[in-house]
Amino acid sequence: MSSTVGPGVLAAKRSRRLKEGAIASVLFACAAASTLVTVGVVAALLGETIGFFREVSLVEFLTSTRWEPMFRDRHFGVLPLLSGSFLIAAGAGVIALPLGLLTAIFLSEYAGPRLRRTLKPVLEVLAGVPTVIYGYFALTFITPLLRVFLPETEIFNAAAASIVVGVMIIPTVSSLSEDALRAVPDSLREGAYGLGATKLEVSTRVVVPAALSGIIASFILGLSRAVGETMAVTIAAGNLPNLTLNPLESMQTMTAYIVQASLGDTPQGTIVYRTLFAVGMTLFLATLAMNILSQWVLAKFREEYR
Amino acid sequence: MATVYGIDLGGRGPALQARGLSVYYGEKHAVQNVDLEIPANQVVALIGPSGCGKSTLLRCFNRMNDLVKTARVDGTVDFHGQNLYASGIDPVEVRRRIGMVFQKPNPFPKSIYDNVAFGPRMNGLDGDLDATVEESLRRAALWDEVSDRLDDSAYALSGGQQQRLCIARTLAVKPEIVLMDEPASALDPIATQRIEELIYELKRDYTIVIVTHNMQQAARISDYTAFLYMGQLIEYGPTETIFTNPREKRTEDYVTGRFG
Repeated sequence: MSSTVGPGVLAAKRSRRLKEGAIASVLFACAAASTLVTVGVVAALLGETIGFFREVSLVEFLTSTRWEPMFRDRHFGVLPLLSGSFLIAAGAGVIALPLGLLTAIFLSEYAGPRLRRTLKPVLEVLAGVPTVIYGYFALTFITPLLRVFLPETEIFNAAAASIVVGVMIIPTVSSLSEDALRAVPDSLREGAYGLGATKLEVSTRVVVPAALSGIIASFILGLSRAVGETMAVTIAAGNLPNLTLNPLESMQTMTAYIVQASLGDTPQGTIVYRTLFAVGMTLFLATLAMNILSQWVLAKFREEYR
Repeated sequence: MATVYGIDLGGRGPALQARGLSVYYGEKHAVQNVDLEIPANQVVALIGPSGCGKSTLLRCFNRMNDLVKTARVDGTVDFHGQNLYASGIDPVEVRRRIGMVFQKPNPFPKSIYDNVAFGPRMNGLDGDLDATVEESLRRAALWDEVSDRLDDSAYALSGGQQQRLCIARTLAVKPEIVLMDEPASALDPIATQRIEELIYELKRDYTIVIVTHNMQQAARISDYTAFLYMGQLIEYGPTETIFTNPREKRTEDYVTGRFG
């Protein structure tokens, strides 16, 4: 007896299936769009970057210690820009990683709920300050302060940039680390207290190791932000490509160079125009390498809890 | 001569003695004016229906209730003539003498060795760490199963093995008293049996207070049983008496399964 399942019933189902299919396609298109944009960005970088390397050898790009693309006697060594970016990021890390982690431990393990509710939003305001403000803060407050103690400090210097970038990424580090610390189950804390651990021992010997993967992720993310930071370092560290370890001197970062070259009259198709893409690609690869490194570190040092 | 409710404790001194013990969670009076004497080197079971305050009472014995912000404890618990709740008593020191094993196995996300070594390392161990780890694992009847893989993660162990690891971890601190909060309730029957056998072994060297909702378990492993109901200690005595000839009607109803 199949008379109850007529052709009309089947047709209605087919239309519903079409509708479901259409919705799935729209959702897929949305998801694909962001991926395609990423691919497009890389492709756009790649075209001009290849053009750049037709004129400049990769060996010169990676080994020359001078970055002078706009002078008559041109030099295309990216090392000064790379070292500028990484030195300032490292300096920022020296400030932000310990401060961010200690802040996270305080918020997660020590602060009462009321104090946490007050402190967290205040801390997150730091992340909301426009970076150009940080840049002028560095130039007009931190640099003069540094010059009081270290008179040889240049007007534009890496140290002031490191300090403000460090302050800028503290919320990133502390907020993500705190999430990781608070995700550690209370049963582990109780277990440690039951063995006669003090609060400090519970925090440092059980909670922090158990949350280490999340903490390292927050470090890498903070450092990636520091490497990619543009406005504050352009204002505070200046525009002098300078291969040095002295933080009191002016340095140019990759991002600052891109700002400088984009602001000038750089005709399309010239070698200076192509340096923008070569440096952009280097910056992209550097942050990609950091992300891959963080994944590897996570897999290696993970203390997983259940 | 130490007695509980007129019951002879066989000449053993009390390891713990609670007097007028009350616990409040905010407005809730979770444990009400309990007097209880825990004889040394015996197993004392705390039984009663869910929410009767038996776990809360257990947590008074090593000041774990201090970790609950809303909890307030009144009364005294004497341990070697000292009140655990007197001012100037450090709860950290209390917990090193009176260890605790929890309901759900909670090994640290570290190696088997590091779990057991955690307490001794923290206390600045005097002596051989390897020997302490081995001895603790042997006492917890786990050594034979893990001796060749001490560097494996504790999470590689089964639930029953994890719980014995947690017992080894507690014993490594060398406590006098071990508190157990339903230590077998998350385990299968075979793992439960191993824990029960272990408890029987342990009472030679330790005093054990165990919370259980399993009356057969209380009857099998304990020497004394305390029945709690709605925050009050209803009856306390030798386990055999509690299960075969209780004085109180409510105890009889509970142990015969008429409620709870």
